[in-house]
Amino acid sequence: MIAGSTDLDEGLNANGESVLRDGSRIAVLGGGPAGSLFSYFVLDMAERVDLRLEVDIYEPRAFEQPGAIGCNMCGGIVSETLVQNLAMDGVFLSTEVVQRGIDSYVLHTDVGSVRIATPNDEMRIGAVHRGGGPRDVTEPRWESFDGYLMTSATERGARVIRARVEEVGRVDGRPTVRVRGGEAQSYDLAVVATGVNTSILKTFEGLGIGYRRPLLTKTLIREYYLGEEAINASLGTAMHVFLLNIPRLEFAALIPKGDYVTMCLLGEEIDNALGDVFASAPEVRAVMPAGWDPEAPSCQCLPHINVRGVEKPYADRVVFIGDSGVTRLYKDGIGAAYRTAKAAARTVIFEGISERAFHDHFQPLCRSIRSDNRIGKFAFVLTRLARRFTFVRRAILTISRDEQERGRRPRLSGVLWDMFSGSAPYSDIFKRMVHPALIARGILALPGSCARARKSPIPASGTVQP
Amino acid sequence: MSEAALGRFYADGEIIARQGDVGDCMYVVQDGEVEIVLQEDGVEMVLRSAGRNEVIGEMAIFERKPRSATIRAKGNVRVLTLDKQNFLRRINEDPSLAFRMIETMSHRVRELSHEVAALQAALRERESKHTG
Repeated sequence: MIAGSTDLDEGLNANGESVLRDGSRIAVLGGGPAGSLFSYFVLDMAERVDLRLEVDIYEPRAFEQPGAIGCNMCGGIVSETLVQNLAMDGVFLSTEVVQRGIDSYVLHTDVGSVRIATPNDEMRIGAVHRGGGPRDVTEPRWESFDGYLMTSATERGARVIRARVEEVGRVDGRPTVRVRGGEAQSYDLAVVATGVNTSILKTFEGLGIGYRRPLLTKTLIREYYLGEEAINASLGTAMHVFLLNIPRLEFAALIPKGDYVTMCLLGEEIDNALGDVFASAPEVRAVMPAGWDPEAPSCQCLPHINVRGVEKPYADRVVFIGDSGVTRLYKDGIGAAYRTAKAAARTVIFEGISERAFHDHFQPLCRSIRSDNRIGKFAFVLTRLARRFTFVRRAILTISRDEQERGRRPRLSGVLWDMFSGSAPYSDIFKRMVHPALIARGILALPGSCARARKSPIPASGTVQP
Repeated sequence: MSEAALGRFYADGEIIARQGDVGDCMYVVQDGEVEIVLQEDGVEMVLRSAGRNEVIGEMAIFERKPRSATIRAKGNVRVLTLDKQNFLRRINEDPSLAFRMIETMSHRVRELSHEVAALQAALRERESKHTG
């Protein structure tokens, strides 16, 4: 069924439910990946079914600008799976957008490091700047990721309104949007893709549509200028992740880009002090080039991230996508934006814009992401154990190195790869984590790891294929 | 050509996928150009070239048969692999992902139809010259 193919002029289908028709207007609040990808997909699908739509993207930021004005405050990793999915959808990430292709992860602990590489040594993960880059960029050499996606949407026919939305409402059941100094505009559908670092979401709670904002936590993101040559010689084309026993720190990563390195911290009550403790850890200093000053970032921010998705990210003629609705826990937020944006676009074109259409065709994806996050929480409990106990970290390094040297099936390497890269669902990762063969390898590695933990540390390093 | 871009670098003449091998992936050209080459009875024939953002080798995703032609770098090229397993899993979740693939294949069928028509016309012309 094509929702927009109704013969009725009132935008209702035979069951009296709201659908799009020729000339329907869609307001997309937020021009980040979720908003731009929704606009791209909805216009692409509309063209295929001969439906003419007007899509307005409300986005005050100018993504081509360096610094906060063009930044979407994110680590900027496009996962292996998402790189492929976008390509299959005709969104090709060019060398201008991807500041560095990532071909491996290096896990660092206090007892050694191990490198986990992609198959065939191919650069399969993209490190991008969401905006024009850190605030001290004078001559941008790369294109903003968010800017590129927005251009893809405008090339399909979306219109960008460079203004901050001040008020949203509902008149006769239709959503209205008003920007500063303007009059309220009525739309057939509002797509909320604002992310969570905005006050506008609170307004939706007051509309009586059953929306409740997601549960949030803070992250710390810092950008350090090192220059391309220094990065090539130090971090290379690997993302560096750290399992360190630092209180409040859950996960930390250094992501090399063109001229910059992005430092991302996840944990409890994240603040600048924790960032300073992490940056001065010997394991971090060993990775960064000599002379690096951890106290001199080019810019930094403490954005919120969604850690528990919205129960009901839709209502009649309103749908919440990306971080504003449901996203993946800690990882692959851009991938979740892609999936929810496309599911919402499919729903509005082929099923309708009623609450029931979203419940039946959009909510299943949101529910599956939320369920997967619950498993993800448990998987992160296991990584917390690794952070806490030296013998577990040693066992991880021993097993990973063994998988490489003896050419054994990369059970642990695959788990680590998918945990760090966000390339696979947590349910899939967890199943592999508790696989009897991996548990057996762990049990065999433990005695040696416990014995070495009591002696002086032996550095471990190596490269493994996931 | 950037050394740190997505995909894998291939030098001029390097084989990306070989005719006769069983394929479990398709490719997208990130930068540069590749040529699709058919080898038959020791004779090599270049079928076509593919450039930036073109998806190639997609027949291996849908057919469980050896690759029908070789994909070779024409100059320096950067190519990204698209996994069969990921693609089919995604189509299961999102059938609209197949739109673009069907569109690409439909485009190829149209091109091939034009080529067949042109060859038939050339053959007829040749035959009429001989008989005339």
